[in-house]
Amino acid sequence: MGTNTHFPDPSVVREELIQKYPAKVAKKRSKSIIINDPQIIPEVQANVRTVPGIITQRGCSYAGCKGVVLGPTRDIVNIVHGPIGCSFYAWMTRRNQTRTESLMDANYIPYCFSTDMQEENVVFGGEKKLKQAIQEAYDLFHPKSIAIFSTCPVGLIGDDVHAASKEMREKFGDCNVFGFSCEGYRGVSQSAGHHIANNGVFKHMVGRDNTPSEGKFKLNLLGEYNIGGDAFEIERIFEKAGLTLISSFSGNSTVKQLENAHTADLNVIQCHRSINYMGDMMETKYGIPWMKVSFVGAESSAKSLRKIAEYFGDEELKARVEAVIAEEMPKVKAIIDEILPRTTGKTAMLFVGGSRAHHYQDLFTELGMTTVAAGYEFAHRDDYEGRDVLPNIKIDADSKNIEELKVLPDPELYNPRKTDAELEALKEKGLEINGYSGMMQQMTKKSLVVDDLSHYESEKLIEIYKPDIFCAGIKEKYVVQKMGVPLKQLHSYDYGGPYTGFEGAVNFYKDIDRMVNNPVWKLIKAPWQKTEATNGKNKGLEASYVTQ
Amino acid sequence: MKHAKTATQNACKLCNPLGACLAFRGIENCVPFLHGSQGCATYIRRYLISHYKEPIDIASSNFHEETAVFGGSHNLKIGLKNVSEQYKPAVIGVATTCLSETIGDDVPGILREYKQEFKNGSPMPVLIHASTPSYQGSHIDGFHAAVRATVKTLAEKGARENLINIFPNMISPADIRYLKEILEDFQVPYMLLPDYSQTMDGGPWGEYHRIPPGGTPASVIAMAGSARASIEFGSTLEASKSAAGYLEDAFGVTRYHLSLPIGIKESDKFFSLLETLTQQDRPEKYNDERRRLVDAYADGHKYVFEQKVIIYGEEDLVVGMTAFLSEIGITPVLCASGGKSGLLRKSIKELIPDMDDMGIKVREGVDFVDIEDEAQLLKPDFLIGNSKGYTMSRKNNIPLLRLGFPIHDRFGGQRMHHLGYRGTQELFDRIVNTVIEQRQNASSIGYTYM
Repeated sequence: MGTNTHFPDPSVVREELIQKYPAKVAKKRSKSIIINDPQIIPEVQANVRTVPGIITQRGCSYAGCKGVVLGPTRDIVNIVHGPIGCSFYAWMTRRNQTRTESLMDANYIPYCFSTDMQEENVVFGGEKKLKQAIQEAYDLFHPKSIAIFSTCPVGLIGDDVHAASKEMREKFGDCNVFGFSCEGYRGVSQSAGHHIANNGVFKHMVGRDNTPSEGKFKLNLLGEYNIGGDAFEIERIFEKAGLTLISSFSGNSTVKQLENAHTADLNVIQCHRSINYMGDMMETKYGIPWMKVSFVGAESSAKSLRKIAEYFGDEELKARVEAVIAEEMPKVKAIIDEILPRTTGKTAMLFVGGSRAHHYQDLFTELGMTTVAAGYEFAHRDDYEGRDVLPNIKIDADSKNIEELKVLPDPELYNPRKTDAELEALKEKGLEINGYSGMMQQMTKKSLVVDDLSHYESEKLIEIYKPDIFCAGIKEKYVVQKMGVPLKQLHSYDYGGPYTGFEGAVNFYKDIDRMVNNPVWKLIKAPWQKTEATNGKNKGLEASYVTQ
Repeated sequence: MKHAKTATQNACKLCNPLGACLAFRGIENCVPFLHGSQGCATYIRRYLISHYKEPIDIASSNFHEETAVFGGSHNLKIGLKNVSEQYKPAVIGVATTCLSETIGDDVPGILREYKQEFKNGSPMPVLIHASTPSYQGSHIDGFHAAVRATVKTLAEKGARENLINIFPNMISPADIRYLKEILEDFQVPYMLLPDYSQTMDGGPWGEYHRIPPGGTPASVIAMAGSARASIEFGSTLEASKSAAGYLEDAFGVTRYHLSLPIGIKESDKFFSLLETLTQQDRPEKYNDERRRLVDAYADGHKYVFEQKVIIYGEEDLVVGMTAFLSEIGITPVLCASGGKSGLLRKSIKELIPDMDDMGIKVREGVDFVDIEDEAQLLKPDFLIGNSKGYTMSRKNNIPLLRLGFPIHDRFGGQRMHHLGYRGTQELFDRIVNTVIEQRQNASSIGYTYM
């Protein structure tokens, strides 16, 4: 595929996407298909239900809770309460890595525990079986923690996972057992599960271990799940820069780290969507400010390191950070200089995640590629437009169903790490404290933003823009590639990675170069070539659907 | 370490609706539809895709909190309407989930209402309903439930035709293509269901497709009731749960029930049956395939003889493989399955009457922790089964020969052959090479002629 140099007028594209829809659907979708203006950011409709029968990229609450947030901690035994499928499908599929310190250390990530609910449990209740399963996990491993995840039938048959957890926790005395009501039907997507997970980890784990932590510059890394070893690379950089990582939420983490996390002096947030609740709650309860960072991209990594150093305000740290950047960057530059001529001018589309569609734009910029359209699967308006819109987000029935914890400053442990004046001074220096300005502020004027992209829309966008690469997940991969466009998986990384930090950036440059410049694409005839030849008679998906 | 347990750890089975979605994918112009939460469709899609490396759309009625409380009728109807408008399918295969089954939605009733409400709109697709609660059985039960429901919905009575039904069980797209080649070589008209040989292993799309091409047409399935016979693979598949069983009861179509034809003996049975039913000899090319296979057995026997293996997976696959392995002098010291039909041992015994003397142990309803416990006692030379045995293989340093489903850590699982002389040949070569590779790696000399 040749290099794209000309982009169509986005308002024409928007019209084309919408025009085939019936009036009612068009009205609904037009609120989620937006032409960007980074100066006056327009409103994007997000986090609204997918219409039944419209095939979506989205997953469920259980996936967000167990699969995303709790899955990566290695020494919690996760027991899925429900029929077998849910546990099986989340078994190692997210490629979270972990590194035990010794062979004796617990690592339950390769295990898939399920109560494997049978018909009689649905009819007569499953609590007894659940408690037996908890007992078995305890007898087998004597773990520090056991977490219970409810799947769809559990809420309906009235099993109380919280009561069962409490009973077992009290019985064991030395094992923290807690439950999550993350039934798949709650909320509009996995995003609901993230929130439920944040609440549970905050309530049951953070603050349990008050052992003072060592280190001069102590921070937690929130919203980094160590897919393909991403967290390892960030850990390497932190160590080099003299930063002490107390806990990550939750890639390569342990129970001990999470329980001790409140002893850090800063929370940096990578994936805003999945973990922002934790940042806010820790700020309120313990006085730890949070900052949005991104270690996706070499330049972004350097920028994030400088922000952290500025926060701590220590000259020695600043110098050390500069030294790290000065040492890492030439290696990155050597590679990108070689690749850049082959990738410059190419185009990308990203429809993935709740933060990834934002973060990975930086890597494409480093590759000289333009992001012509982007959107999230399960984000909220603040991930698009920035947190300033938070007070204006309408609370609907789906959000109301997810508990908002009432958090107050801890009478003993609340300790504001910075005074109001210090925070103001940092903000004046350009640091966004407890804030995030969203994806759209960074995207160019007139780029296209689409939330919860449909099949029809993705086909149309590919036909119009003919992008050199499309970024999404495994469900989208093979359908996009059937059209002759390579698809980069940004959930599992196509089994590669890490893509964070300096070494990760190099991995990404190489992988994208291999994909967009691969000769196999020349063998595949794209469907629009035929559509053009038959004057549009070879139609794609129908756009018509009903909303209620 | 042995332990009786309530929980399932590292399951050796997937859930009921997954099998139904795969089976529905083998009907031409059909969209699988899950009545439940959207997560089920998403998880099952991502799981099937990781094995087949093909797109698969599965629609959902997207249950929410109030749907779960007040019932899913409204959502199901909207979903069906939207799938009909977007995809213009000939068939929508609706499978239930644990959620819709728990709340007790009357899906057949809702489908009747839907047909009534929308009868004057766009062409009405055939609606098939399979009951597949995930708290019963496993993926293989959902697969068979969907095939049976399809035949029940579509098959019609008619004058006896010169047609053979073939229900091949959950086999690979490559296996399906081979079966079709055999039937075409016999020049006998057939109705094979489900046929996902193209939908789950197809080429690039030169044009847009709402639904990928391929699959058994509804019009052909309709003829199943007038076929002269049904051939159904799967030792543990009971007539009361199977499509061929239904056709025998409803239309008097004789059901010939075979195990999966793996190995020479079981493949011979299949070819003999075809010869009887078509009253003609098999084409010479299959005699050639058989001769080459026997020749390979002779050439390779010294590598495989007296090897011990553990085989796991769907029960019918385990039975077929056990028959083949014992034929080449390999002892399956454990035949294990996450499935729980109660028929695994009996089915193996039918094919291998002296199984106990041979030291063949059978366990149903097990998970990978149980299998690993057994492996530590039985010390097999290698393991045979899907990718989920990798952790056990790595930990215990026992090689794993991958076959069946799911295979997500090797390339081309969908193109692996298992059935007939050709499939057995491929398996035999792979097994011999597994043994040779082991020996070669263990050799201190580094022999290159093995």
